Amino acid sequence: MTAETLTKTELVCPAGTPAALRTAVDAGADAVYCGFQNASNARNFAGLNFTPAELEKAVDYAHQRGAKVLLACNTFPPGGSTDIWKTAVDDAHSFGIDAIIVADVGVANYVRETYPDQRLHLSVQAGASSPEAIRYFCREFDVRRVVLPRILTVAEIKKVHDAIPCEIEAFVFGNIGMMKEGRCALSTYVTGESTNMDGACSPAHHIRYVEDDERNLTTRLGRFAVDHFEAGEAAGYPTICKGRYLTNDRTCGYYAFEEPRTLNLSALLPDLMKAGVTALKIEGRQRSRAYVKAVVSAFRHAVDALMEGRDPKLADLIALTEGAKQTEGAFKTKTWR
Amino acid sequence: MTEKISGELTLGPVLYNWKADAWRDFYFKIADEAPVDTVVIGETICYKRAPFFEPLYGEVMERLEAGGKTVVFSTLAEVMLPHDRRIVESICSIEDHLVEVNDASGLYHLTGKPHNIGPLFNTYNEEVVKTLARRGAKNFCVPHEMRATAIEAVAKEANALGCTVEVQVFGRQSLALSARCYHARAHDKIKDTCQYVCENDPDGLNLRTLEGQPFLTINGVQVLSNDYVDLIAELPDLARMGVARFRLSPQNVDMIAVAKVYRAAMDGEITAAEGQESLKELVGDTPLANGFFYQQPGYRFIDADSVVH
Repeated sequence: MTAETLTKTELVCPAGTPAALRTAVDAGADAVYCGFQNASNARNFAGLNFTPAELEKAVDYAHQRGAKVLLACNTFPPGGSTDIWKTAVDDAHSFGIDAIIVADVGVANYVRETYPDQRLHLSVQAGASSPEAIRYFCREFDVRRVVLPRILTVAEIKKVHDAIPCEIEAFVFGNIGMMKEGRCALSTYVTGESTNMDGACSPAHHIRYVEDDERNLTTRLGRFAVDHFEAGEAAGYPTICKGRYLTNDRTCGYYAFEEPRTLNLSALLPDLMKAGVTALKIEGRQRSRAYVKAVVSAFRHAVDALMEGRDPKLADLIALTEGAKQTEGAFKTKTWR
Repeated sequence: MTEKISGELTLGPVLYNWKADAWRDFYFKIADEAPVDTVVIGETICYKRAPFFEPLYGEVMERLEAGGKTVVFSTLAEVMLPHDRRIVESICSIEDHLVEVNDASGLYHLTGKPHNIGPLFNTYNEEVVKTLARRGAKNFCVPHEMRATAIEAVAKEANALGCTVEVQVFGRQSLALSARCYHARAHDKIKDTCQYVCENDPDGLNLRTLEGQPFLTINGVQVLSNDYVDLIAELPDLARMGVARFRLSPQNVDMIAVAKVYRAAMDGEITAAEGQESLKELVGDTPLANGFFYQQPGYRFIDADSVVH
C-alpha cells in the first residue's frame, strides 16, 4: 500500500440509547459504541446508556444489518469495586460484542486473561499518546486498535501509524478535549464525583445557571463560577476546562485552557485516510437521535464520496457545531500547543 | 504520648520550573537536613526544562545519597513528541536506581525490571496492582483523587504481593495534564515559543475565578489545585490500611520544616492538631485540603475528628 492509498475507513458512531443505536446503524454507521448504565463507561449520565437486555438486543439489531457494536468500558474501577467492570465485560462478551474499549490496565488484563479471543481496543481515556505507550498495550494485552487522543497533527498520526502494530481510530467530529483524557480530576475536585472512577464529568446536578437583574448569566459548577455571559451571549455547558478565569496579569476573564468549540475534521478526511487511520470516530453519546442521524449521514456520504473519488459535501455539519464555532484542533497544526 | 506511625517519608520531584541553581541548592539542603527516606528527582512535566537540570543530576544524586537518602528517578507524565520519548527512554535505561513511571511509555521500557509507579499513572484498583506487580512494579504511588476505600483495597493487594503503596500527604494536588502549555497560553505564547515563562512562577501560576476566588494553579501542561493537600491527621488511618510511604510534594515553602513536622507526627512527638498548626504557619495564605480522601470535593478540608469510623 502506498502512502497515497485511501485506507478503507470504518465510521464509528455514538449511541447513548437503543434508539440512537438503531438510528446510527440505519444512517450508515459501520460500527457503534455504547456503554452500560453504570460507572463502567465515561458517559455515565442519567437517561443514557444500556441495560444488559437492551445491549443484547442492540447487538442483534446491528449484526443483522452488518454493523459492529463496541462496548465502552473505559473508566477506572476504584479499589474494592471492580465487580461492575468485570460484569460489564462478562455480559458484553456473552452478547457477542465486537470489541471492548478499555482504559484501565487492570480491566485490560481481566479481559485478556478471561476471554483470550475477545477483541480489545484502547480507549482515548488510556491517554496513550506515544508509540511506546501504544506498543505496551499491544504487547501486554494484545490490543488491536488505539483511539488516539485529540492532540496530534495528521502528520504526527501518520508517524504513529508507522510505528505501532495496531489500527488507529481518530476523532473527526464532536467535543474537543484538551485535557489528557483519563488523567483529569478537575470535575472531581469541584464535585467529589470522579470522571475517571464514576464516569461523568461535570454532572448536571452540580451545575447552576444564575441570572442577575440585567440578565447576565453566571454558570457555576459546585461552589465555583466557571464562566460569565453578557445578556444575549450564548452560554455553553459549564465544564472547568472551557471556562474563563483571571490571573495577576489577565484581569479580564480569558479561556485559560480552551475555547468552547467543536472539533470538525471533515476537511481533513482525505489526509486522515491517507495517514492510515482505520476508523473515524464521531463523538456524542449524549446527543439526540436527530443529531446522530444528521452527522452520521453526512459523514457516510463524505467517506463514500472520497472512496469513489468524488468531492465530499460537508458544509451542513457546521450548523451542528457548538455555538456554530468549529476548529480543526490539533490535527492541522501544532501552533495551538 | 501519641501513636507512633511506621512508614517512610518520600520527597516527590520538583514539579515547577525552578532556576537550576535554586533547584540544586534545594536538594543539597534536603540531603543535609530533611528527615526524608527517599527523594524522587527528574523532570516530570515538560521536556523543554530537562536540559537545565540534567547536568546537575550527578552531583545532586551523590549529595542525597551521602545524606542517607534513596534516590529514584521520575519520568515525564505526558509523552508524545520525539523529545519526550527520548528523555523517557534515557531515564528508563538507568540501571543502578529505580525509576518511577508516570506514563505507559515508561512501562514499555521497564516491563520485567524492578520499577515504581508514580502518582500520575492510574493505579486505581487491585487489578492494576496485580497486573503491574507481575511485570516488575515495586511501589505504587496512587493518584491524587483516590478515596480511602480504594486506597485500602490497593494497599491490601500490594502488600500481599510484597509491594508498597505510597500516598501524597502534602503539596498541591495534580488535577490534569494536557498537550497544550497553559503557562505559555496565559502569556499569548505557544509551547514552541514559550521563552520559559513558567520559571517566573516557582509555585505555579494562580488562576482565580471571575469572582476573584483562588481556584487552580497552572504549571506548564499541568493543572494543580490552589490548595496543598494535608493528610497529617489521616496518617494513622493510612498506616492502618497498609500504606507504608508518605509523599511530600515540593512547594515554594520551607520544605525542610514541612518534612520535620510530618516526621515528628509519625514519631509520636506531636499530635496531628499540633502538626496542622505548624503547617498552617509554614504555608501562609494557601489553604489546606483533604477532601479526596473522604470522597468529597478535593478542595474541601474535612476535620478528621468529625469523621465517624
